[in-house]
Amino acid sequence: MNLVMALGFLLVIIGLWAMLTQKNLIKIIIGFSIIDTGVHLIIVSIGYIKGRTAPILDASVSVADAANKIVDPIPSALVLTAIVIGLAVTALMLTFVIKLYQKNKSLSIDDYQELKW
Amino acid sequence: MIKQVLSLVAIVLLAALIFAPMLINTPLHTSLTPLANYYATQGADDLGAPNLVTAIVVTYRGLDTLGEVTVLFIATAGIGFLMGKKKKLITPKRPASELLQNGASFLLPIIILFGVYIFMHGHLTPGGGFQGGVVIASGILFMMLINQDWSHNVFLFLESFSGFFYVTIGALGIVLAGGFLDNRILPLGTFGTIFSAGAIPLIYSLIGLKVGTELVGILHAMRGEE
Repeated sequence: MNLVMALGFLLVIIGLWAMLTQKNLIKIIIGFSIIDTGVHLIIVSIGYIKGRTAPILDASVSVADAANKIVDPIPSALVLTAIVIGLAVTALMLTFVIKLYQKNKSLSIDDYQELKW
Repeated sequence: MIKQVLSLVAIVLLAALIFAPMLINTPLHTSLTPLANYYATQGADDLGAPNLVTAIVVTYRGLDTLGEVTVLFIATAGIGFLMGKKKKLITPKRPASELLQNGASFLLPIIILFGVYIFMHGHLTPGGGFQGGVVIASGILFMMLINQDWSHNVFLFLESFSGFFYVTIGALGIVLAGGFLDNRILPLGTFGTIFSAGAIPLIYSLIGLKVGTELVGILHAMRGEE
């Protein structure tokens, strides 16, 4: 049991709820962003080790002692890149919304039936 | 109503069948995994970068980062393609308030300087190219708010320049050192100083420029005028 991971899953659930129930395209994208943040929290929490510090070697974390003092640096590195990609993907989705609105003058998902079956 | 009930059922099922078992069964680590242990014990000797996250992002998994910059580039290109050439804004523009103008012109150099500091010290402190690039883009956003735009060609040039040299330095690693994006094409220097860790500060600065200019490209495309 891990509190940060539990909060991450909670954020994923909130975001999924927003994506499934909201009609407004902007709100769906907000839901996606919340899922994004939740996934970041989950990944970071996997690498966390209680009582340890950030993986930066300096005066307080010597090179020889590093393996016993730092948390796992790999999830941090993955999340670091995921944050920027999340930003770019969100911007791309908002661009789609702008284009859809310019074409059909509507932000409601109910007005876009082309892919519905 | 029926849709909301169905959504609720789907989410409860997902939480009960996937999330809850993951949450309960994921062990709390008490020691590093073997790979992380290698990075922790050998990383400093291998690459000379005190910030191990930077060592992983720029060198150990440098190819991932190159791919990630490419994803960012494709997203930016998609936004630029979709937004296209612009008509004028519909609402008439009025000049920004004096408070905003003075505040922005006072803060802009400081924000840019801070962004450059973050990506220059990416191998020493928490931070690096991605964070520094975003800080720089926020400074440029300030400049767009007060309508004092530089020519966008400057950013396009910087973007191509940094992307090109990023790949060139990566390819130099094949010739001069152990492989693609190897940072040991330059001397490792003294551990913990700014000119150390081989090519990491150089590569991370180029990534910072690339990310910053790409985000400026997004802002420029979304700004809605040409």
